[in-house]
Amino acid sequence: MQLFFDQVLNGIGTGAVYSSVALALVIIYRTTGLLNFAQGEMALFSTFVTWWLTDQGLGIWPALLGSMVFSFFAGALIERVIIRPVEAAKNPLNVVIVTLGLFLALNALCQLIFIKPGQEALQMPLMFPKGDISVLGLDIPKAILGRAIVLAIECAVLYVLLQKTKIGLALRAVASNPESSRLVGINPGNMLMLGWGIAAVLGAIAGTMAASRGTGGFDTSLMQQVLVYAFAAAALGGFDSPVGAVISGLIVGIARALTIQYVDFLQGIELVVPLGLIFIVLLFKPNGLFGRNIVERV
Amino acid sequence: MLLELRSVSGGYGPVNVLSGLSLGVAEGEVGVILGANGAGKTTTLRAICGMLDGIAGEVFFDDSDITKDSPQATARKGIAHVPQGRGTFGDLTVDENLRLGAITRKDGGVRSDLDRWYEAFPRLAERRTQAAGSMSGGEQQMLAIARALMSRPRLLLLDEPSLGLAPLITRDLFERLGEINRTEGLTMLIVEQNAGLALEIAQRGYVLETGSIVAEGTAEELGADEDVRKAYLGF
Repeated sequence: MQLFFDQVLNGIGTGAVYSSVALALVIIYRTTGLLNFAQGEMALFSTFVTWWLTDQGLGIWPALLGSMVFSFFAGALIERVIIRPVEAAKNPLNVVIVTLGLFLALNALCQLIFIKPGQEALQMPLMFPKGDISVLGLDIPKAILGRAIVLAIECAVLYVLLQKTKIGLALRAVASNPESSRLVGINPGNMLMLGWGIAAVLGAIAGTMAASRGTGGFDTSLMQQVLVYAFAAAALGGFDSPVGAVISGLIVGIARALTIQYVDFLQGIELVVPLGLIFIVLLFKPNGLFGRNIVERV
Repeated sequence: MLLELRSVSGGYGPVNVLSGLSLGVAEGEVGVILGANGAGKTTTLRAICGMLDGIAGEVFFDDSDITKDSPQATARKGIAHVPQGRGTFGDLTVDENLRLGAITRKDGGVRSDLDRWYEAFPRLAERRTQAAGSMSGGEQQMLAIARALMSRPRLLLLDEPSLGLAPLITRDLFERLGEINRTEGLTMLIVEQNAGLALEIAQRGYVLETGSIVAEGTAEELGADEDVRKAYLGF
């Protein structure tokens, strides 16, 4: 039983990373209507920025904060300089191809800027103390509890930003009806930049959490599997549902951990399980578990 | 004149819909544009609020040139446009739609305006937390107009407000618009197929044919004009 419980906790630990990236995907999907294949590598770049700042002598948390600020502006800049000119062509496929190109370019750029020749993996300092904490008689690793708390804070901040502020309302208005949002005086371009900025910040948190683990270092392949799991989570939750993204990220994380523990014949190909899960869910609920059914009366 | 178009030409890409169109609406007036399908009525409103790129001629609002302004810029200057098909934010609530109308406002009167328009449109108050897209056509039209009013506009552009509405609802809508014009002194420019009702609340009218004005005058003059009666009033 303890083993099962430990695996569920492990799943939540990795799931928190998937949830963050899935949230970023959903934010961009809702504001721009496109899937950002470069999300993982944007997060990778942010992770290297965090690492670089710690290498300059900063603590891990101030470094993460610095990386979040950097990522916000970099994300907004990517939208403005790379995505928007392509989007003007009105062909969504073009943008998808550009995000794929961005994926490769950012990955190569990380290798070029941050990894010295001959170096294999970089060490990210730990974000949370080692050891367990006892909650209701159960031993929970502090690192996993810490990740869960970070995810909870992300959700709370996003909720307040999107639902309770004027700027969040403007962001949702652009997602709902770009033309009408211009008619009420909103500049949709600014909102798209904001959406990309927020997504990049979420990526910075996710990437830094993924890299900050006790054993082994990280390299430029850090986010590639994470992106697949995050896509899986976003699809499972419904691409337009932030709540769905978070819950599904955790589901995917737990499903993965349990598969690795209990299903021997899927050893090494445990990716099959979350993808199988998604296939079944989408077969019966094409909008995902939490996706909106679009209601429109005319 | 609060709004003045001086020989405006333009359209979509290479297709010119408007050719040398001139018209004006004075402060506090209701102007109406009549015309057949395809005459360029919707395009005229789009040209005013900045939704058409590369138009020739001049658009003046409150004595300043807004010809090249973007829609968000004209909105901030006080032009509220209720587009054809209403343009509500379908998946946002009624309350959020109304708040969006006032999103550029910095004054503290938003709360009291919200209460005021809820009082004027009780149906909207009942549906405050409902998604706008799930309401009936008439309710959505009310919402679109209330949202425009939330911006405290100086000029209200209405594109076929009666489209898809039952006759009784249309009559009620025009009575409310007339009332708002009288009590608030709000200037309006209305594009409407239902010429009879529109001329009732208007002071000035224009007849648009293939992109230019072919007849203009006071609402009474147009209503009495033989050709206009035949073509647009049906008697």
